[in-house]
Amino acid sequence: MKKTLTALFALLSLTAPAMAKDTLTIYTYDSFVADWGPGPKVKEAFEKTCDCTIAWVAPGDAVAMLNRLKLEGKSTQADVVLGLDTNLTTEARKTGLFARHGLDVTAAKTPIPWTDEYFMPFDYGYFAVVYDSQTLKDPPKSLDELVNGDPKQKIVLEDPRSSSPGLGFLLWMKQVYGDKAADAWKKLEPRILTVAPGWSEAYALFTKGEAPMVLSYTTSPAYHVIAENTDRYKAASFAEGHYLQVEVGGIVEGSQHQELARKFLAFMMEPGFQDQIPTNNWMFPAGKTSVPLPPAFDQLVKPAKTLLYAPDEVDQNRRAWIDEWLNATAN
Amino acid sequence: MIAYRPSRAPGYAALALLALALAAGFLPVLRMGLEQGIAGLDPYVFRVLRFTLLQAGLSTFLSLLLGLPLARALARQSAFPGRALLLRLLNLPLALPAIVVIIGIIEVYGARGWFGGIFDIYGLQGILLAHVFFNVPLAARLILADLERIPAESWKLAAQLGLRPLAIWRLVEWPAVKSGVAGAALLIFLLCASSFAVVLTLGGGPRATTLEVAIYQSLRSDFDPQRASMLALVQLALCATLALVAQAWGGLAAGWPALRLQPKRYDGRSTTARLLDGGIVLVALLLLVPPLVALIGAGLFHINPSPLLLRALLTSLGLGAASAVLAFVVVWPLAAFAVRSGGWRKVTSIAVLASWIVPPAALATGWFISLIAHAGMTGLAAFLVIAMNALMSLPFVARVLMPALAQSAEAHDRLCLSLGLAGWSRFRLVELPVMKRAIGLSLVMALILSLGDLTAISLFGTQDFVTLPALIYRQMGSYRFDEAIGTALVLSALVLAFSTLAERWSDQR
Amino acid sequence: MIRLEDVRFRYEEMAMRFDAEFPTGSFTAVIGPSGGGKSTLLNLIAGFEAPEQGCVLIDGVDVTALPPDRRPVSMIFQDNNVFAHLDLWQNVALGISPSLRLDAERKARVDAALAEVGLGALMHRKPGEVSGGERQRVAVARALVRDRPVLLLDEPFAALGPALRRDMLDLVKAMQQARGLTVVMVTHQPEDAQAAASHTAYLENGHIVALRPTAELFAAQDLPGLRDYLGDWSRPEL
Repeated sequence: MKKTLTALFALLSLTAPAMAKDTLTIYTYDSFVADWGPGPKVKEAFEKTCDCTIAWVAPGDAVAMLNRLKLEGKSTQADVVLGLDTNLTTEARKTGLFARHGLDVTAAKTPIPWTDEYFMPFDYGYFAVVYDSQTLKDPPKSLDELVNGDPKQKIVLEDPRSSSPGLGFLLWMKQVYGDKAADAWKKLEPRILTVAPGWSEAYALFTKGEAPMVLSYTTSPAYHVIAENTDRYKAASFAEGHYLQVEVGGIVEGSQHQELARKFLAFMMEPGFQDQIPTNNWMFPAGKTSVPLPPAFDQLVKPAKTLLYAPDEVDQNRRAWIDEWLNATAN
Repeated sequence: MIAYRPSRAPGYAALALLALALAAGFLPVLRMGLEQGIAGLDPYVFRVLRFTLLQAGLSTFLSLLLGLPLARALARQSAFPGRALLLRLLNLPLALPAIVVIIGIIEVYGARGWFGGIFDIYGLQGILLAHVFFNVPLAARLILADLERIPAESWKLAAQLGLRPLAIWRLVEWPAVKSGVAGAALLIFLLCASSFAVVLTLGGGPRATTLEVAIYQSLRSDFDPQRASMLALVQLALCATLALVAQAWGGLAAGWPALRLQPKRYDGRSTTARLLDGGIVLVALLLLVPPLVALIGAGLFHINPSPLLLRALLTSLGLGAASAVLAFVVVWPLAAFAVRSGGWRKVTSIAVLASWIVPPAALATGWFISLIAHAGMTGLAAFLVIAMNALMSLPFVARVLMPALAQSAEAHDRLCLSLGLAGWSRFRLVELPVMKRAIGLSLVMALILSLGDLTAISLFGTQDFVTLPALIYRQMGSYRFDEAIGTALVLSALVLAFSTLAERWSDQR
Repeated sequence: MIRLEDVRFRYEEMAMRFDAEFPTGSFTAVIGPSGGGKSTLLNLIAGFEAPEQGCVLIDGVDVTALPPDRRPVSMIFQDNNVFAHLDLWQNVALGISPSLRLDAERKARVDAALAEVGLGALMHRKPGEVSGGERQRVAVARALVRDRPVLLLDEPFAALGPALRRDMLDLVKAMQQARGLTVVMVTHQPEDAQAAASHTAYLENGHIVALRPTAELFAAQDLPGLRDYLGDWSRPEL
């Protein structure tokens, strides 16, 4: 018994990577570090500027990442957290786990003026319903048309409890419908094919052809134009406006590698990082890029109105609004 | 009479280890819930409970509805071409990881699938479809084993008395299978009530959530320990009740049903009977074959032999082997006592059951909280996955080892006692050679179970620490559906190879 | 009369061939080494096995193609002669009606048969509540109500003690004589054959080596296989 356990631990220690250089542990969402995401290139570029190694930890979508952080508390291994959005920053700051970044906030190129002392933005985008123009000839022109449309035309949504697009859509609904949001969810319910745990799962179902619509970003069609050379997938422009998502990075206060973490956050605003955003993360860059945006980005839907809740307001109401959604859609 | 006594220390150590693992898992979640005031039984909890019971009940009913006639058809038609192959096929779903089956089901019944549009697979129908796919074969194999235990004389008697099919059912078959059917029903209900991957992927969000998935969501997504501990308590109460009832009925965990020499039957020769049985077999094939064929068809040319796939393969094998060994090391000393003492038998069965019915999502989170202080997560994560998988396979390992160990105790105890043969030398000289098939079988079963695990790895996995099911899930989630199917195929081939081995070992006794 | 005409049967590696006659009203014991084909012989007569060639005739009728229930045969096995969940009365009644729907006259016949084998007082017990000997009596009672001219017994009393076995043999013998049954009984006990059987057959390697009046067979000096099979048992008799 004892021998076996010793053997097991020996086996385990083999799986732990050798730790020669400084390792910067960065928590992020899963699609950021996929082979085809910006992660590998960002890692390569940053490691050239420092004598260090980046270790990615991707527990899932952004909300799942924040929860992981809360579970771990002060003993977290994370040095940097990358990929929270403005809907989560207040909640994240209130954990007391984050340090001020000390960077120049005016360097951020975001649709709203940036003032946050704890988090710096690295990209932004607008949520949108993306549809398959081959199967859906008459896409909704407003959120209201989506809610009241033909229940046979399904949409794949994300779970607001685990996914930042899911939360974004919940807030979008809330901002448009206010007190009537629960009723609107009840009306929308028959159109929902499924509520996927994260954006990746939802988008996979959509491209697989399981449903003609998915909640994604206005930038998603650019991927299909550039990477797949098809304009089959389009974003629907909604009359009520589109909800904005700004993705941010922050430094963990208890990190053993404060200097390195700060260096990474500064690097985040540089072209070495920002260049990867448009065509790997398929979002708008929030900092300087060395080349202009590809032409495909010019043809994207331009929101008539930008919708956004203040971070504090989201923090105060998130639990209540999620319960409202749970009770409206579970039957 | 002086009886042989295995040394006590390993038995107590195994029990202590189990108790520690369970306490470390469950207590932190409970404490967190208690500290912040356990959530009340709000309407959401009731809805989740109601749906859990509904889907498990329907899954069980449908599985038996087809499984029972299928078992009877297979028992009655003892020699038709392809029968042995069909029996092998029935073993396959038991061993296939849920994630693989889900992909097969989406391929067949999804909007663009072969039978697209028949079922609305995102929601109750999809869950039922997947559960029926898993459990019809399980029900059929369990009931078939009971039917094949009917003594040859009963069939001769039935033939001599000229009993008609209905009378044979009433007088011979039903009495032989009824307790088995009840046991199978409870087992299937329990499996479906705690089903995770199927509900997570096909559930369709809050409208079709079971307790197990709701626990996972409230911990991982919602970070709501109050609700999680409430849900975990409800789940625990439900599973414990079912498991105790099932245990009282005898036979909870399914062994690997063997392909034994069946007694000759004299009924079922009429054309009506043959047509009826043929029809049932056809329905079963229609249920089982398309998802498997779809998987092969869609995945064969999309196996991406990337370093990631290789690493996932090796990680899966390494974790599986380690958790099999761990499960064996824990079960063996307990089983050695259990076959010799009634008291230990009770303790062992409760310990083994407890390890199975504590909700894995809650357990894993508890471990996470307990161990987070001890840094170095990479190594720890692997150990936690191993421990979790070992825990989940305990009942199956015990089920295989106990009868063999009991037999060996019966045959060798007195001789060993008189020769003073005990402890390690007894294991090496007596049990190991005599029981090598049973030992091998238990290890392979535990290995297969952990090869398919998605629960533990989805809780502890990291970007670099990935197993085959985790890779499938990741590829599925990143619009690499074809690659995901390719990986699923690799995993299936691996599982198939091991289960063939297991079958061979369980056939020859 | 039971006749086997050039009946051929193959079980695994052993080729069997039976050519024999069991006269009406005779009581034949079948002895011989294990695996020699004794049970197969009974199974061929009862219809549980089909011969590869040759035919089985009972009272002049070719029954080779008939299923077991259409043959004028009852068979009693060593074990599992009863359904454990039915009581003794129901187990006997099955011999008349598989649906257990019996009119008054038939019910009386079941009662009478149970009384005849000495189970009148136990008829509403379950098989698990009576002794092994009593369970075998149930099988005998069922054979009584089925009233078929041929009775086959496959080591029926092997699990019983000497006194009980003797009782059971007497019961079967009395039944055979009262109704003129043709009985074929497989046994491993030479004394069973000597106590009850008018004839004894010695079977070896799938062939009936000898079928003679019982006393004559046990005294025979021309059968070396039989001498080896009986061993020490036969010596005091010589």
